[in-house]
Amino acid sequence: MTALALHRHRPPFALVLVLALSTWLTAWLINAPLADWLAFDVLGLQRGSQIGDAIAFFLLDVPKVLLLLLGIVTAVTFIRSYFPPERVRGLLAGRGVLAGTVAAAGLGVVTPFCSCSAVPLFIGFVEAGVPLGVTFAFLISSPMVNEIAIVLLWGLFGPQIALLYMGAGLAVAIVGGLILGRMRVERWVEPWVLEVRAGGGTMTFDVHLSVEQRLRDAWTYTLELVRKILPYVIVGIAVGALIHGFVPTDLIASIGARSNLLALPIVVLIAIPLYANAAATIPIVEVLLGKGLPLGTTLAFMMAIVAISLPEFMILRRVIQPRLIGLYAAVVIVGILIVGFLFNAIGL
Amino acid sequence: MHVIEVLGPGCANCQRLEANTRSAVEMAGADAQIVKVTDYAKISSYGIMSTPGLVIDGKVVSYGRVPAVGDIAQMLSQIDHTEAEAG
Repeated sequence: MTALALHRHRPPFALVLVLALSTWLTAWLINAPLADWLAFDVLGLQRGSQIGDAIAFFLLDVPKVLLLLLGIVTAVTFIRSYFPPERVRGLLAGRGVLAGTVAAAGLGVVTPFCSCSAVPLFIGFVEAGVPLGVTFAFLISSPMVNEIAIVLLWGLFGPQIALLYMGAGLAVAIVGGLILGRMRVERWVEPWVLEVRAGGGTMTFDVHLSVEQRLRDAWTYTLELVRKILPYVIVGIAVGALIHGFVPTDLIASIGARSNLLALPIVVLIAIPLYANAAATIPIVEVLLGKGLPLGTTLAFMMAIVAISLPEFMILRRVIQPRLIGLYAAVVIVGILIVGFLFNAIGL
Repeated sequence: MHVIEVLGPGCANCQRLEANTRSAVEMAGADAQIVKVTDYAKISSYGIMSTPGLVIDGKVVSYGRVPAVGDIAQMLSQIDHTEAEAG
């Protein structure tokens, strides 16, 4: 009786899915002509004028970024629900250091991560016998090769840069994990962490989720995420639009020039406090790259924004000592700088 | 009486899970006590790595997500059902 009453009437799931997909596709296809029509016909702006270009850019990018976030984050979150860390750690525990580190970096891409889960995640890995270097490879790759960054890079810059970013991120995670693994950092883990035992191996998990439930979860998560970051995204696109319309290309190209070695560390420094706002920064970065900021500097900026998280470092303090947090941060920062200098040197 | 534990250090999702659980208990008319578990060692001892987690009578029924009120109420009534059949 109660079980029946709890089922609210819902439209058939397949129908909802088909409607949602076709709505998304239609919106994606009409976005560019619509933005063009709004800017130049309805508002009557001059094509090629500074203000006209800026407003057209804004009208095009806001719906575009919004659609990308809604569509692809939902899809990615759905896929990731099949790779919870509870399952992943079993795959990492029994491997050699090199294979384990590479696997951890790769799995970091598909595994959901939020900094409030960093501590249980860390304990869970240690407790399952995953080496610390492997655990750190995961901790570096999971937020850095993150879905919002990839989606926006792919949508706004194209697949080439998204894949370059992903490859560079994985490289930093693997090399960083290997280095930290060699340094016998166990000394700096809080002793109580090493003593946690999970129920003596008699855990009773009783969790089964249907495809429909996973998709609903993914949609709820995405809506919440978009609601949270949308204001930042809009501000980011507005700033991007202003730069696009008004800042001369020579200015940015000369500030960020490859010969200017200081530009890269400064850019990484600027990125550190921007942590929560990856989505807002990418539209600005899009414009900067278009205006001649070198690719290495651009990638390093993006990486530093998502991978160097002060809140996460503070939370990790519960399980590891400040020296190890410092070491972890130093490895990530140096890794990012090397990626930046390397790409600038190749001159892509 | 059931003991329901909400596992999580106190992030936004943990608070949403606690609120949903309270509504679900009311909705299902279940006899249950809700306990918040914020200690990391205790959370980890359940074998979960992604918060928030939901434990009913010592059994992990959900982790890494915030189930809807209806879903939690259904879990509760299901447990009551199984117990009634067994007893």
